[in-house]
Amino acid sequence: MDHVDDRERKTAGGDGARQQKTALAKPEDLKAGGFIPQRQPGKITIRCKAPGGRLTSERLVRIAEVARKYGQGIVHLSVRMSPEIPYIDLADLDAVVRELGDVGQEIASCGKRFRVSTACAGCEYNPNGLTDTQELSRLATERFFGQDTPHKFKTCFAGCVRDCVRCRMADLGFQGMVRPKLVAENCTHCGLCVRSCQDQALATGSDELPVRDLSRCISCGDCIKACPFEAMVAEEIGHGIFAGGKHGKHPHTAYPVAEFVPDEQVMDVIETTMNWYREHGKPGERLGNVLDRVGVDPYRSALREVVGDRLLTARDLAQPKWRRIFYAGLAETFPAYGEVGEQER
Amino acid sequence: MSSQDSEGREVSGQIDLRGTPCPMNWVKTKLRLEQMDPGQLLEVLLDDGDAIRNVPRSVKTEGHRIVKVTPVGAAFSLLIEKTARR
Repeated sequence: MDHVDDRERKTAGGDGARQQKTALAKPEDLKAGGFIPQRQPGKITIRCKAPGGRLTSERLVRIAEVARKYGQGIVHLSVRMSPEIPYIDLADLDAVVRELGDVGQEIASCGKRFRVSTACAGCEYNPNGLTDTQELSRLATERFFGQDTPHKFKTCFAGCVRDCVRCRMADLGFQGMVRPKLVAENCTHCGLCVRSCQDQALATGSDELPVRDLSRCISCGDCIKACPFEAMVAEEIGHGIFAGGKHGKHPHTAYPVAEFVPDEQVMDVIETTMNWYREHGKPGERLGNVLDRVGVDPYRSALREVVGDRLLTARDLAQPKWRRIFYAGLAETFPAYGEVGEQER
Repeated sequence: MSSQDSEGREVSGQIDLRGTPCPMNWVKTKLRLEQMDPGQLLEVLLDDGDAIRNVPRSVKTEGHRIVKVTPVGAAFSLLIEKTARR
């Protein structure tokens, strides 16, 4: 795989000190190594790698010490969770990379490649989290970090449908979801699950048991958390997958492409998506634009090889649940603009 | 409110939290539970809506056991058994 060699050559990764000399060659190479030229001549910002925004206190202290010793005593948290140390002299790069590296603090990357994955706290300690977003973002970054793509490639992991990480604005977003199941013999007909559902997906049936409308259930798991008697339990936990989102000058909302994809398929989904992107993307073209130009179906066909019948179809997306959690801000709001401004056209 | 649960166990405390917004309803529930002994029962009255959506979840997260949920008019009675801190 030639892009692996490329990664070795082009990015700082764990041994930034060794690669830093080649990285100094030109601005794009600097950025590949997570060194961002500043508007102040001779000064650079160093972007530290922190998949999922997670740092040990030891690394955090070292970043602070380096900022005080070599910078101006400030650290900026990038919008994608990387601590950045501004105002570093080019001449101090070696020392900075070495001192960070002594405690295992690696350098992140910029430019046209796989970027450090972002993630919420996930299921480890956040009460809402369904999936282990922290571990998945760490694994994804370990495996794909720095691999070249036609343009930047940003992945993120949200632990539940609250989507604090904004999967719809990532090139590839993974969003935790749960399929609840009723254990009828534990149900006391208290109705708390029905009360907890904000999507009209649960109603009390004729036998007093909750009845689920799967076309409305957005897989948030609120009913499971609400049930005092373990009558509503998790049947299946997986990831909803969103492809082709981005922010920037020309924002693009992602296509929802699959649901309930299990943990063990996540890395294959990333690899398949990156390979498809490399095969079809023009230099400088983001995944969302490639999907618009080439069509989402060729990508869906490639993805189907990995996720099988978890691929979302047009019929799936017509269900109320998808309109509730995806289209509400888009198609549904356009009619609300009304006639204002139309007369001038 | 009754002072015994359906199995005849004595209910040690009762709080009417109707009209108390989140998260104060949970704070008051939690403080009351802290004053009680493991195994004792607390009955709380909660509004429909946010209160009944949130408080039972917090009770569970803290490791206490919800013994019974009963509709009381437009509100709910929650019977909570305090468990020892894990």
